[in-house]
Amino acid sequence: MTPAPLLDLMPALPEFLLLLAGLLFLVIGVLREGDGVRLIGPLSALSLVIAAAIILASDKTAADTFGGHFRMDAFAAFLKVLIYVGVAAAILVSQNFLEDERIARFEFPLLALFGALGMGMMVSANSFLALYMSLELQSLSVYVLAAGHRDTLRSTEAGLKYFILGSLASGLLLYGISLVYGFTGTVMFDQIGSLLRDENASLSSGALVGLVFIAAGICFKLGVVPFHMWTPDVYEGAPTPVGAYIASAPKLAAMGLLLRVLIDPFGAWVGQWQQIIVFVAIASMLLGAFAAIMQTNFKRLMAYSGIANIGYALVGLAAGTRDGVDGVLVFMAIYMVMTLGTFACILAMRRQGSYVEDINELAGLSRRQPILALILTILMFSLAGIPPTAGFFGKFYVFKAAIDANLTWLAVIGLLSSVVACYYYLRIVKLVWFDQAAEPFDLPLRPAIGAVAGISAILLIVAVLAINPLFASAGIAASAIFH
Amino acid sequence: MLYTILVFAPLVGALIAGLFGRMIGDRASQVVTCGFMALSAACAIASFFLNIYGEPFKVVLFDWIVVGSFDTQWALRIDGLSASMMLVVSFISFLIHVYSVGYMAEDASIPRFMSYLSLFTFAMLMLVTSDNLIQLFFGWEGVGVASYLLIGFWYDRASACAAAMKAFIVNRVGDFGLILGIAACYLVFDSVQYDVIFANAASFADSTIVVFGYEFNTLTIIGVLLFIGAMGKSAQLGLHTWLPDAMEGPTPVSALIHAATMVTAGVFLVARFSPLYEYAPTALAMVAFIGASTAFFAATIGMVQNDIKRVIAYSTCSQLGYMFFACGVSAYSAGVFHLFTHAFFKALLFLGAGSVIHAMHHEQDMRKMGGIWNKIPITYAMMWIGSLALMGIPFFAGYYSKDAILEAAWASHAPFARYAFWLGIGAAFLTAFYSGRLLWLTFHGTPRADHHTMEHVHESPMVMLVPLFCLAGGALFAGWLAQGMIAPDAAWWSGAIFMRGEPNILEELHHVPTLVRFAPLIVGVAGFGLSLVLYLLVPSVPGRIAAALRPVYLFLLNKWYFDELYDRIFVQPAKAVGSVFWRGGDGLVIDGFGPDGVAAATGRLARQTARLQTGYVYHYAFAMLIGVAALVTWYLFFVR
Repeated sequence: MTPAPLLDLMPALPEFLLLLAGLLFLVIGVLREGDGVRLIGPLSALSLVIAAAIILASDKTAADTFGGHFRMDAFAAFLKVLIYVGVAAAILVSQNFLEDERIARFEFPLLALFGALGMGMMVSANSFLALYMSLELQSLSVYVLAAGHRDTLRSTEAGLKYFILGSLASGLLLYGISLVYGFTGTVMFDQIGSLLRDENASLSSGALVGLVFIAAGICFKLGVVPFHMWTPDVYEGAPTPVGAYIASAPKLAAMGLLLRVLIDPFGAWVGQWQQIIVFVAIASMLLGAFAAIMQTNFKRLMAYSGIANIGYALVGLAAGTRDGVDGVLVFMAIYMVMTLGTFACILAMRRQGSYVEDINELAGLSRRQPILALILTILMFSLAGIPPTAGFFGKFYVFKAAIDANLTWLAVIGLLSSVVACYYYLRIVKLVWFDQAAEPFDLPLRPAIGAVAGISAILLIVAVLAINPLFASAGIAASAIFH
Repeated sequence: MLYTILVFAPLVGALIAGLFGRMIGDRASQVVTCGFMALSAACAIASFFLNIYGEPFKVVLFDWIVVGSFDTQWALRIDGLSASMMLVVSFISFLIHVYSVGYMAEDASIPRFMSYLSLFTFAMLMLVTSDNLIQLFFGWEGVGVASYLLIGFWYDRASACAAAMKAFIVNRVGDFGLILGIAACYLVFDSVQYDVIFANAASFADSTIVVFGYEFNTLTIIGVLLFIGAMGKSAQLGLHTWLPDAMEGPTPVSALIHAATMVTAGVFLVARFSPLYEYAPTALAMVAFIGASTAFFAATIGMVQNDIKRVIAYSTCSQLGYMFFACGVSAYSAGVFHLFTHAFFKALLFLGAGSVIHAMHHEQDMRKMGGIWNKIPITYAMMWIGSLALMGIPFFAGYYSKDAILEAAWASHAPFARYAFWLGIGAAFLTAFYSGRLLWLTFHGTPRADHHTMEHVHESPMVMLVPLFCLAGGALFAGWLAQGMIAPDAAWWSGAIFMRGEPNILEELHHVPTLVRFAPLIVGVAGFGLSLVLYLLVPSVPGRIAAALRPVYLFLLNKWYFDELYDRIFVQPAKAVGSVFWRGGDGLVIDGFGPDGVAAATGRLARQTARLQTGYVYHYAFAMLIGVAALVTWYLFFVR
């Protein structure tokens, strides 16, 4: 293998594009003062879509840069496309909200853009150093965004809580990295991987403890039990579009990170880390299913729903097989579409100029806004995993992978908890279609919100036809991190 | 082709009116169903003249069920018996379709009604043309469903819904016997094809079958089980309770289903299985006993009923008893002959009663009628013809068939033959009495309806009267025209009806004493005369008799307390058992530990997990650290 020249930066081309765009928009925003957000929002979304397009068009063979700290491969490409598109959608749906709430500052889209850059680098991270840096870039953007509604108590509380707990998680992560570095002498994934494969016989307990800490740090970003406590408060407190942002793309990035770390450097230790994943998966699925039942705030409900969904995804990872990772990637793609669509619907819940979040406000929606009601119904059916919606296939692949890996009992727990979860998804469907009509929401629906909600619902339905190509490309992506 | 059209034309009509009735409207639905029925009736008349005295044959439509050795075709079995039945069914059904156009003119759901009627006709034709027991069962259940739908046609009346359910449930009891009978046939003969069963029946005459550890004669078991099915459908004593209640349905339904056709399916079944019953004398004795008892029992109740339709309903029940005991003494031909004539005059009586009810603004209580004969003379004349035919007055249709049955009962040496004869004579007396009572109460005496009703009494429109004329023609001439049915050579049936004994019973019945021959006429005239005295000449007497014999009167008025008895023996205990299983088994155990228990536990768990979210950031951090600590501890102490 010929070492790549240090300055061959082509593999990071999309990220450079985003960086330059972000810096340029910063200057524009500062110069234009007031209405910068109107310009910078769509521009940010556009640059993200261009970045995604570049990735789609480029060669998917693995290529390293920055001295091997940054790796572009099919796995990273798959996730980056989803992340960039997801962030673009989140930026687009945020515009009207920010204006309505009089917090329209150009920093919002810009921070989201830098966050996206961080996420892109997370899924390309090929060393613990790159991992930590990219993670912090993403996290810092999100901390600020969560506190974006800085005149309200809940938003600042959310931002602060997230920041404090995030710092704790970063500390855990760094401690774990230091332990691994101490016991292996390197931070590069390749080298750790080959080391662990070579001396398979002797398990170094120091590196193992390091692995636990690293996993805990990443699990915080994923919001899985017991590192989930921030999610309900942050989802509820942060401005709704920020909630949409936090709930979608960063989960993909963190999942990508977790997948790469566990499969690539620690791939030889499947038997060990499997137990962590099994534990957090079960805890997340059960807590997500049960705690959500009591929620009446739609955003809080989505937080618990997210916890449960990441739990399902981890069932696929727990299998530790290529099919399992394949299933996780498909699941996360579908999860992101469902989440963005649902948050777009939450953003449509606006009555006489102010936003409402209680699910009871949805009562009788079908009589006034049948199309929105239909969209919401499709989303809820998909979240509940009812065929033929895409949500069913997502769950199907991860549970199937678990069963193939002799983890049938884990799949059974997953199925049972998704039965419990059906209750609160279907309760919303019942509210929408069968309950006494409340006052209608404000019309007309904002184009961006309507488009995101509608497109996501359509995607979830047509996924039946496209599930095999999606599964196949996820399979190529999954293969990239297996050695 | 002729036969396929005959059987399937009503189905086409039913589907069009049923599925597209709302689209094409009331008038078009009536035209379509009546049109297809007319087609079917025309085919039936042609088939009747082609096939009586002819050779039996089959029209194979297609294979139905082919599983291993079990092979069932969908075929139409055409012989004298099925041709006669098809004539009755199609022709009367057509007349009643036409009558319904007038009778149901003001109803809100005409297409549904017409569709049900046609559907019934199709199922009944399927039943009478069946070539095997499975196909018979299809038709049998099909007419049951149609009967259920039509009894409950006015589904907004609680009594109609209850009556529909009662008819269905009581019939299930009979059907249980029929299903077991079919299963027994398959077990014994290894086939459900009539040909196979009839060909081999003789060879099983002395074989036995073990049921619950006891040995029974094979054919007796089969015969009894099939007869239990027939009892349900034909409302024989014990399973008769649904028929009077079925009068909740519209009157054309009572005429078609609960008088002329469906209720006679049981008689048809026994006649069709004559090659088997002839070798099962014990089963035949049961048929004779039940039939004779029903004939008498129902007639006693008919004497005291006040609802005009109920009187005719009990009369139907009683006449079905005659048909059965005719079969029970091996005179199947006489039974089917009576079925044939009865279909005409009983449909006439029902439609006439419908005409009266129509005229009286849906009043059915005879105590509130009277004195209307000169206002609706045509209906009045029709009711006279029907009643005279029912009483068995010479040269009306009923005379030929009823006398043949009673003579056969006298001539026969079968068990219960004399019992059947005497009860039959008694029932003939009662029949004449209640028929006369119906006529006097309804049409004569002082008007008892209120002034308003009396002013509006009017003759029915032509569309209702023309079917009455046709049926009256049948009631007048059917007996004389179809005398060939009881010719001793049984050539009419082209082999469908089988009788043992030389000379056979139809030969013997011509050699009974003269007194026996005239007995039915004598008692008929006596009964009619008595009714004339009691209800027309001295109308105060019946009230005094009822008062003097109050227990007997109440016993009869309450229909021998059968409904109350069944309620006490079956319904209440079943409800009690159901209640135990519902409240205890399902409510406490299954729901308690199942859905309700799990839901409650889920709710509790949900509240507790939601409480974990305190809102304090140090609790959150604590949870994270505990989590990491727990995982590390696990690895350090347990994994290595």
